[in-house]
Amino acid sequence: MAGKQGRRARGSWWFLTAVLTLYVLLGLGDPQAASMALDFFSRVMGQVLPVLGLVFILLLVADLVLDEKRIKRHLGSESGLRGWLAAVLGGVLSVGPVYAWYAALAEMRDKGMRSALIAAFLYSRALKLPLLPLLVHYFGLAYTLVLSLYLLLFAVISGALVERLTARRG
Amino acid sequence: MHSNRKPGSSFRKTLHTFINVLPIIIGMLLLTSLAVTLFPKQIATKLFGNGEFLDSLLGAALGSIAAGHPLASYLLGGELLDGGVDLAAVSALMVTWITVGVVQLPAEAMMLGGRFAVIRNSINFFAAVAIAFLTVNTLTLLGLA
Repeated sequence: MAGKQGRRARGSWWFLTAVLTLYVLLGLGDPQAASMALDFFSRVMGQVLPVLGLVFILLLVADLVLDEKRIKRHLGSESGLRGWLAAVLGGVLSVGPVYAWYAALAEMRDKGMRSALIAAFLYSRALKLPLLPLLVHYFGLAYTLVLSLYLLLFAVISGALVERLTARRG
Repeated sequence: MHSNRKPGSSFRKTLHTFINVLPIIIGMLLLTSLAVTLFPKQIATKLFGNGEFLDSLLGAALGSIAAGHPLASYLLGGELLDGGVDLAAVSALMVTWITVGVVQLPAEAMMLGGRFAVIRNSINFFAAVAIAFLTVNTLTLLGLA
C-alpha cells in the first residue's frame, strides 16, 4: 500500500508539472488566452479553497473512524444492499469537485471498498440536491423527477458494470 | 489492522495524503480553466441540428469534454433548448457533464487506476445517451413531454 501511495504522490507532481508546461506553451503561442485561463483559475481557486478544508477534514475523519474491518463490513464485497445504499446516498450528498474525492475513495478502496460502490458513488454525484430547484426552473418538475430516478438507477447499473468489466482481466 | 488510530499520527498521515493530492487538485483547476477559456458556449449552439440520435451523441461528447460547475450545464442546456436543440441531446449533455470527465481522466486514472477510469467513463458515456432517450420517451409516454 505504501508503494502504491508513493507512486500516486510522484504521479501527482508529474501531472501538475505537465499542466504547467501546457500553460507555458500556450503562453508562448497565445499569451492572451493563457492570461484569461489564469484569471479564471484564480477566481475558481477562491471558491474551491473552503472545499479543500472540508476535504482535509473528511480525510482525517475517514482515517480516524474508518478502519479496514469497518469499511469491508459496510462497503466491501459482503456489504450487500446496505453498501449500495450508502454509496448512492453518499454520492448524492457529497459536495465539492469530483477530483477532490479521488484520494478519499482510493484510500477506502485500499482498505476494502468495492470498486462497484466507488463507481456508484461517483455516478450518483450527478444528482445535486441543492441544484434541483434550478433544474425544475429550467426543465420542469416532471422532467426533473424522471431524470433523477434514471440517474439513481444508472448509478447502480454503472457500478455493477464497472466492477464486472474491471475484474475480468484483473 | 487498527480500529482506532491516535489523533496525532492520523493528522500527520492525513496531512501527507493531502499534500500529495494538492498538485492534482491545482492541476485539475488549471486544466478546467484552460478548457473553459478555449471552448466558449457560442461554439456549442452551432454544432447541433443533425437528427435526434447524432445530436444526442454530440451532446454527450460535449458534456464529456466540458468542465465546470453543474449549474453551467443547466444554463447551457436551457440556452440550447431555447435555440431549438432536442431535449434528448440537451439531457445527454447535462448528464455527461457530471458523470464523464475527459479533462479529469488523468487525475482519476492516477488515483483509481487507468483501467477503472477508462471503463467507468466509457460506460457512463453510453449510459447518458440511454438516460436521455429513456427520460424523453418516459415523459412522452406519460403525456408530460
